[in-house]
Amino acid sequence: MSIFTETPGVPGIAADFSQDNGWTYLVKAVLIIVFLLTSVLIAIWFERRVVARMQLRPGPNVHGPLGLLQSLADAMKLLLKEDITVKAADKFVYLLAPMIAVFCALLTFAVIPFGPEVTIPFTDYSTPAQLTDFPVAVLYILACASLGVYGIVLGGWSSGSTYPLLGSVRSTAQVISYELAMGLSLVTVFIMAGSMSTSQIVDSQQSLWWFLPLLPAFVVYVISMIGETNRLPFDLPEAEGELVSGFMTEYSSMKFAWFFLAEYINMINVSAVATTLFLGGWRAPWPLSAINDGMFNEGWWPILWFLVKMWALLFMFVWVRGTLLRMRYDQFMKLGWKILIPVALGWLVLVAVAQGLRQFADVDTQTFLVVSGVVAIVLVAVIWFWPDASKKPEPETGDDEPEEFDAFADGFPVPPLPGQKLPPSARRRRVVAAESGAAHAVDTEEENRG
Amino acid sequence: MSPGEDVLFWVLAPLMVLVSFGLLVARKAVHVAICMVFVMIGFAVLYIALEAPFLGVVQIVVYTGAVMMLFLFVLMLVGVDASSSLVETIRGQRWIGVILALGLGVILSGVVVQTVFPPAVGLAEANSVTNPVGLARVLMSDYVLAMEVVGIVLITAAVSALVLTHKRRLTPARGQKEIADAKVAALPQGGRLTPLAAPGVYAQNNAMDTPALDPQGRPIAESVSRVLRIRGQQREATDVLLGEHGLVERTSTVAEPEGSAPDEEER
Repeated sequence: MSIFTETPGVPGIAADFSQDNGWTYLVKAVLIIVFLLTSVLIAIWFERRVVARMQLRPGPNVHGPLGLLQSLADAMKLLLKEDITVKAADKFVYLLAPMIAVFCALLTFAVIPFGPEVTIPFTDYSTPAQLTDFPVAVLYILACASLGVYGIVLGGWSSGSTYPLLGSVRSTAQVISYELAMGLSLVTVFIMAGSMSTSQIVDSQQSLWWFLPLLPAFVVYVISMIGETNRLPFDLPEAEGELVSGFMTEYSSMKFAWFFLAEYINMINVSAVATTLFLGGWRAPWPLSAINDGMFNEGWWPILWFLVKMWALLFMFVWVRGTLLRMRYDQFMKLGWKILIPVALGWLVLVAVAQGLRQFADVDTQTFLVVSGVVAIVLVAVIWFWPDASKKPEPETGDDEPEEFDAFADGFPVPPLPGQKLPPSARRRRVVAAESGAAHAVDTEEENRG
Repeated sequence: MSPGEDVLFWVLAPLMVLVSFGLLVARKAVHVAICMVFVMIGFAVLYIALEAPFLGVVQIVVYTGAVMMLFLFVLMLVGVDASSSLVETIRGQRWIGVILALGLGVILSGVVVQTVFPPAVGLAEANSVTNPVGLARVLMSDYVLAMEVVGIVLITAAVSALVLTHKRRLTPARGQKEIADAKVAALPQGGRLTPLAAPGVYAQNNAMDTPALDPQGRPIAESVSRVLRIRGQQREATDVLLGEHGLVERTSTVAEPEGSAPDEEER
């Protein structure tokens, strides 16, 4: 605690914590935990209702108004269930794992800015709507996420059972490969914003939110954040169809509830990080931000924009879950290593070169943006209209010489493929013969019978 | 040192030393890994307290998050019950080890006790442009050559590991389509499109060794594992069905002893 209170004006961060003391930090920390826990309750209800809506059914609607108290009832049920520790488990690690998962999930929000300076009502005490910030805040978020995986990995291992072990091995591989892509896409934001502090990054998005100029990085981040939180279509560590429920198969009651809690808090975490880094953080969206000299960017309003953006991303999580199927494991790894990482790496090099040009060659920002936009459009057009050398020959050869069609390939009646023609049917030949001459037809038929 | 920093150090340092003893004592490899992770996190916290936040956070991201995770990945495959054996492979190994460790301890404590640290200077100037920026300026200007060389060496190591472990595929890969085509092609020779039937489930019996019944009520031989069939350990479906019939008789006689006679005649 004392490290932060004694160095109030830390250079490199935009938020000013000079008025804060230990009590402010305590109150903020408690508020954040309360916010996270209630958000999880609402997120579970939200997810079930929205998915139900997408599947044309009502969803939970019995307990409380619109079924809002359903997740509370579920939490109570989990609390009161029998707590089973399996015989083959490694007792200490078995208990430790869910704690690690939840603890690390709770850490991220310490550096997320909910808003700029807010004044506590009825006083003139003003403080940033953020617990703390330091020059490497986003790296700290990555560190917490990578520690949180230990919960999943150790939980699966300590259960002493096959499916949980497989689930945790999968989750290790998944996290290692997707964190690379995630980190690379975040680095481009660092390069553009010139800082790794969350308040500074939000500050740098005054005129333009980073998701527009850094669209590829944003897309890579969104894909890898779904992978990072083990959500459909990337929920391979807990794939019901394959691994019962993966790393948490042997967990019950409150320990299971902890894993459940950690998963939802992590969803909220990554959405908040995406909001802060790419979607302008607490800044009001464009037409609103211009009203009344930026009235909506001051005071308590920004917390509303932050929450709206965060819940929009949570809605996207649910939407993706309601739309996409679980991927096969090898396809998933291919996507991570052969597509996401190269794309993120290539984009990082591009952004670094561009930023270097801007800084060292002293190019005006507007001309730079226009020139790079034109270059990008030309490139896309060239790639789009480039004659595809590998694909063209195939249909041509197909057109030129129609293949011999074997109607009974491998001993089974088969339809013709595109480019092949059905041979005239034997029955049709008979009809034609019948039409050509009645006398002949009678003869042939008799011949046939004979 | 501020009092807060003092408290942090004196809480964390003994804990770290205790846990690193666990590294020596623990039998299971995964417990050792957990101790290691704890010590690493302790280091990171101390780095941050000493105003090197970049180093502290990178320590967790790189070492704890990636390197230890890879270690754990391998260790986990050993299984939960595996623990290392305590049999000496070299005679007297243990005593030699203890003596050498004591000697090292004496030398280290002698050096540490004798060292006098001068007061730290230059931290404020070094961190005046924020810690990561100051570090970047040092690394990317004064030591840029060393950085690049290290980078090249690491990439060479990674690529050579890939080259050394790479196996060229001898046969073309069999994808979903090829497997499906092969199944269809094998049909005239008695192949099948569907997976084998699962073993049978009966009212009293649900085991690997009982065959399932097809829609006509005939037992399907392939539904029992091939190994059991070759060993002659499969059970006959008729035995199971007869046993169940017998059960029906017995229960019906228990339930209504008077009216049981006509029932039995019917059968």
